Amino acid sequence: MRLGFPLFPDSASTLAPKLDAIYFFGLLVSAVCSIGIALVVFYLAVRYRRTPENQVGHREKAGLWLEVAWSVVPLGVMLVMFVWGAQVFFEAQRPPADAVEYYVTGKQWMWKFQHPEGQREINTLHVPVGQPTKLTMTSEDVIHSFFVPAFRGKMDVVPGRYTQYWFEATKPGTYRLFCAEYCGGEHSLMGGSIVVMEERDYERWLAGNRGEAVAGAASGAEIFAAKTCNTCHREDSDLQGPYLQGIFGHEVEMADGTTVMVDENYLRESILDPGAQVVKGYQPLMPTYAGQLSEEELLQLIIYIKSLGAEEGAEASVASSEAAS
Amino acid sequence: MSANENRGTNYLNADYGVKSWLLTVDHKRIALLYLIGVTFFFALGGLMAVLIRLELATPAGDIVQADTYNRLFTMHGVVMIFFFLIPAIPGVLGNFLLPIMIGAKDMAFPKVNLASWYIYMAGGLFAAWSMLHGGVDTGWTFYTPFSTAFSNTYVISTAIGGFLAGFSSILTGLNFIVTIHRLRAPGLTWFRLPLFVWAHYATGLIQILATPVLAITLVLMIAERAFKIGIFDPALGGDPILFQHLFWFYSHPAVYIMILPAMGVMSELISAFARKRIFGYKFVAFASVGIAVLGFLVWGHHMFVSSQSPYAGVIFSFLSMLVAVPSAVKVFNWAATLYQGSVSWQTPMLYALGFIGLFTIGGLTGVMLATMGIDIHVHDTYFVVAHFHYVMVGATLMAYMGGLHFWWPKITGKMYSIFWSKVSALLVFVGFNLTFFPQFLLGYLGMPRRYHAYPEDFQVLNVLSSAGASVLGLGYLIPLIYFFWSMRYGKKAESNPWDAFGLEWETSSPPPTFNFSETPTVTLEAYDYARREELRQETRQARTQPVKDA
Repeated sequence: MRLGFPLFPDSASTLAPKLDAIYFFGLLVSAVCSIGIALVVFYLAVRYRRTPENQVGHREKAGLWLEVAWSVVPLGVMLVMFVWGAQVFFEAQRPPADAVEYYVTGKQWMWKFQHPEGQREINTLHVPVGQPTKLTMTSEDVIHSFFVPAFRGKMDVVPGRYTQYWFEATKPGTYRLFCAEYCGGEHSLMGGSIVVMEERDYERWLAGNRGEAVAGAASGAEIFAAKTCNTCHREDSDLQGPYLQGIFGHEVEMADGTTVMVDENYLRESILDPGAQVVKGYQPLMPTYAGQLSEEELLQLIIYIKSLGAEEGAEASVASSEAAS
Repeated sequence: MSANENRGTNYLNADYGVKSWLLTVDHKRIALLYLIGVTFFFALGGLMAVLIRLELATPAGDIVQADTYNRLFTMHGVVMIFFFLIPAIPGVLGNFLLPIMIGAKDMAFPKVNLASWYIYMAGGLFAAWSMLHGGVDTGWTFYTPFSTAFSNTYVISTAIGGFLAGFSSILTGLNFIVTIHRLRAPGLTWFRLPLFVWAHYATGLIQILATPVLAITLVLMIAERAFKIGIFDPALGGDPILFQHLFWFYSHPAVYIMILPAMGVMSELISAFARKRIFGYKFVAFASVGIAVLGFLVWGHHMFVSSQSPYAGVIFSFLSMLVAVPSAVKVFNWAATLYQGSVSWQTPMLYALGFIGLFTIGGLTGVMLATMGIDIHVHDTYFVVAHFHYVMVGATLMAYMGGLHFWWPKITGKMYSIFWSKVSALLVFVGFNLTFFPQFLLGYLGMPRRYHAYPEDFQVLNVLSSAGASVLGLGYLIPLIYFFWSMRYGKKAESNPWDAFGLEWETSSPPPTFNFSETPTVTLEAYDYARREELRQETRQARTQPVKDA
């Protein structure tokens, strides 16, 4: 047994100090209240202990102002925690616009990662320090949860949909990755590590692993062709199916006049259940691809469709950051 | 009064034989049937906790295999929640005391009351049967699609066990509500009711309104698992998050089914051992109802990182903060009751004081968990495990033990060893904190729950926790011994050994079959010790006056 044991987790992301701050506030409130109440109760229980002279308690005194005070004051403190907590939460939920996107697939009992350049890893993910990193995650089987204690925060990895988690690592090192949602059998061994490297080391690492790399967009393009998606989804398709260039990240209008944001979950649904939300002006002709694509292939397809709009998107984000400055 | 007439016959010796117990409709005997049931399941769930803590004493998964460990924590949760915590206080103390406290002869529906015990036992046997055949490994939460498509353990039979236990709970709640509405003694207005009764009324509301949703959820889960009807499994076109919504729509209010009766017990203990009316009676009473109502609106705080909409999360976070207010109000009122009281440090009061400390910690860490910014880190870690054990064991079990020690003389007519009961109360308090406090630290460090093996640097805190668990176990074992001992060798208890206030103390110990020889009339406010003392002095004077005259 190692006796020099930690009492507080390592802190290695931009979120960590913010989350720790509200945690310490919560601890402070809890400590003050629980110690305070314990002292008061102990004092009263001793001060008014039963003695031969003190056999019966005094009559209760009305205390409306007391009741109001001890309802309103705790409520006030809790509202502070609520607002502060919601701020931290939304910061943890919303990746910055320039975040680099990685893909994560969880399955019993391993983590699979894919870099934007196409490199794939299992149970270990290399990322550069100081880079806002966005993870788009799904599961091949049951619900898992992506949890790196040193980064704080976590996000469930749910089959049938894409969820997102983001972090910006602040110091190089190797950090533990846990699966936090019970997923059966070897749940406690579904771990791994996130290796945070200096920019230069990361570039070297990427270059050293280029041999294995099959860029997601490239392999997605192969699937796109193999499944003959391009028969209908092309520029001159003439209303058979919508052209997919630049569609990602934009709103499209449905037949009933509502609009839908084209994101990973919409693309996923349109491939597996094409009739669910059909774009205005098109007939529900497309057959379902449920059961014909593995989770991996589906992900490559979506990466490919996203890449079709990437150039335009990049311009847009550059424009917006220029506008901001 | 009636005590003298009934001396000799009481509900325990009114009839003999196994049949007289198994077919009884006497609420007091049914309470004892529940006592046997919940004690058995508590021992069973406790045994699993022992194995869990043994396994976690070392980082490697060595004492049991991962699959065994997963079954252990699942069955520990299922047994403790469905077959101990939910039925314990309502089934044992509620059944025994509620009719007596309101001056009634029995429950409104005595046969339904007996039926609820049989349904509870049938549910328990389903769960026990599943265990004997290898158990279930889904966690007590039965999250889909793991439970419906991946686990190859006894999910359906265990779920049927929970399903049945739910019906027992509904019938008990229904019986309480009708009994409180219809069978109060003359003069016992709503605001003269003991707070124990108010708490059980609020509990009854949750039982009958929330439990059906559990039944629906379990049926849907069984339908998907057995017949591949796609409801929750995305591979069948279902939505796994829908299951979580349905599950927590029951299972969060279920937490209040466990804690509200405990709060009711607390009000009785604090007032009896401070010999003082509860401070802010109406606030405490309405706080119970407030908790019951708000408790229905907070389930989404279990799902901040589930991919539930973040905006829904904000609302659930806010409402969860609100539900903490009535809980805080209760704690402050109990504390204020001690002011200018006559505080006696008897065993039941030790449990009550322990409850205040542990429930405060459990409640405050609950507020931290409702804070979204904190929850995203500690969700599904040992922080959560520590938090809900502080509420469920620290609060509910402390109140249950305190209540048992308080009413044991009434239930059995016998006294137990004061010395050993104080020793065990102390052991429970110390052992509990040693077991669960380190888990808060483990949680923030990042140790996920339901892990059968863990990194080495978490070991010291885990060893502390396991050591605490053995002290805690001892603290629960000792009462088992002296309670049994007292039934045979205990000193005979008077009808009111604590000189406490309440109708249950005005009848003999143990009470006669129909509780009172004649229906009592209530003229005082609840816990009005001061007025009772004045009346006693008047009677004493009246008694001595004629002597002087003569």
